Amino acid sequence: MEEVKLFGAWPSPFSYRVIWALKLKGIPYEYVEEDLSNKSALLLQYNPVHKKIPVLVHGGKPIAESLVILQYIDETWPQNPLLPKDAFERSKARFWAKFAEDKGSTIWAIFRTGGEEQEKAMKESLEMLKTIEEHALGGKKFFGGDTTGLADLTFGGIALWLGVIEDIVGVKLVEPHTFPRLCAWIENFKEIPVIKQNLPDREKLFVYLKHRREILLASP
Amino acid sequence: MDSSDVKVLGAWPSPFVMRPRIALNIKSVTYEFLQEGLGSKSELLLQSNPVHKKIPVLIHAQKPICESLIIVQYIDEVWSSGPTLLPSDPYDRAVARFWAAYVDDKWFPCLRGIAKAQGKETREEAIEQVKEGLVLLEGAFEKCSKGKGYFGGEKIGYLDIAVGSFLGWIRATEKMNGVKLLDEAKTPGLVGWAERFCANSAVKEVMPETEKLAEFAKILQAKFKAPPPN
Repeated sequence: MEEVKLFGAWPSPFSYRVIWALKLKGIPYEYVEEDLSNKSALLLQYNPVHKKIPVLVHGGKPIAESLVILQYIDETWPQNPLLPKDAFERSKARFWAKFAEDKGSTIWAIFRTGGEEQEKAMKESLEMLKTIEEHALGGKKFFGGDTTGLADLTFGGIALWLGVIEDIVGVKLVEPHTFPRLCAWIENFKEIPVIKQNLPDREKLFVYLKHRREILLASP
Repeated sequence: MDSSDVKVLGAWPSPFVMRPRIALNIKSVTYEFLQEGLGSKSELLLQSNPVHKKIPVLIHAQKPICESLIIVQYIDEVWSSGPTLLPSDPYDRAVARFWAAYVDDKWFPCLRGIAKAQGKETREEAIEQVKEGLVLLEGAFEKCSKGKGYFGGEKIGYLDIAVGSFLGWIRATEKMNGVKLLDEAKTPGLVGWAERFCANSAVKEVMPETEKLAEFAKILQAKFKAPPPN
């Protein structure tokens, strides 16, 4: 099998999406930690358009954008599939993965802002979470059904990073009485061995993100 | 299969709506085109896409599929006996998906930014960004086409549909602003590709005329600038 390399960054949920996919499928890979404040020449060469992590390099060929990478992994290594076989079910999985991708930034907006802007971001985040609660999970254990799939990995940020942001900012967005399905999903998701063993240390993440927020709010 | 089994909810000016229509045409699938009026959303649309309430929606045997590029992939997978839309090699597929995401997430907001720009400077900045993006897409075209006529190679594929659906609006924007966005000097490959794409039988009947789009754009601008009713 050709060599697989992942360029990632330990605080990033996008990085973890790819780690989870590779581990769920049992694919050996070399991990390269990028310092996001000092990006390597290799990263810039592999992802000149966005200059971001994660980047997967397979047999020397780079793929960027986590959702593109996840689908590439699923199509190249079909064991433990991330997408269902039925075309309609696949379209729903892709729909929710895209939703997570597009709307997930509202939670980061809470983290990056204060005052009125933050109020707006909180409102949008709550609406987004409500939509997931009401439309996406249904009665299922995971977004993917009985097992995790593409959408679960894409929503993975909610399982840890959301809680850390809530603690730093001092808000509670997701509570069991308002989001029973989502809370159950968070617990179930974190219990999956591959996920449980591949999450950043919560304390370390808290310290790192708290510091980042201080810098962000201090800059003009 | 009778056409009532396949419906597309949309509107003629929308580049996103064009995408499933082109895909269905390539697959020779007949469908009913249900148009939404400007400023109003039908019950069917609200029921079929409760999350975003947006067009396009494909309704196939009463099941709704939303998000234009997801619809195109669905069409490719369901009508698998027709010409394929996504490349067969997983790496080529990843490259096609990467550039389609770029066009939607990064490039199209710049194009829209030209119409939204409030002053001359902002408009010129937006125009520059659109042009820079097109230079990137020229590079993508060179790599993906591998010397052939389309992003998909010998025939129209997923990425052709993703990028090509914006050609009507590119031309309308050029006309309304007196600029050249696609030009022979900087993007010769794309210029040739654009002609080919628009002349293709699967595209011709759904690509709106530049004149009509420019008129429509004026109506849209007037609508947004008009004072709200009391």
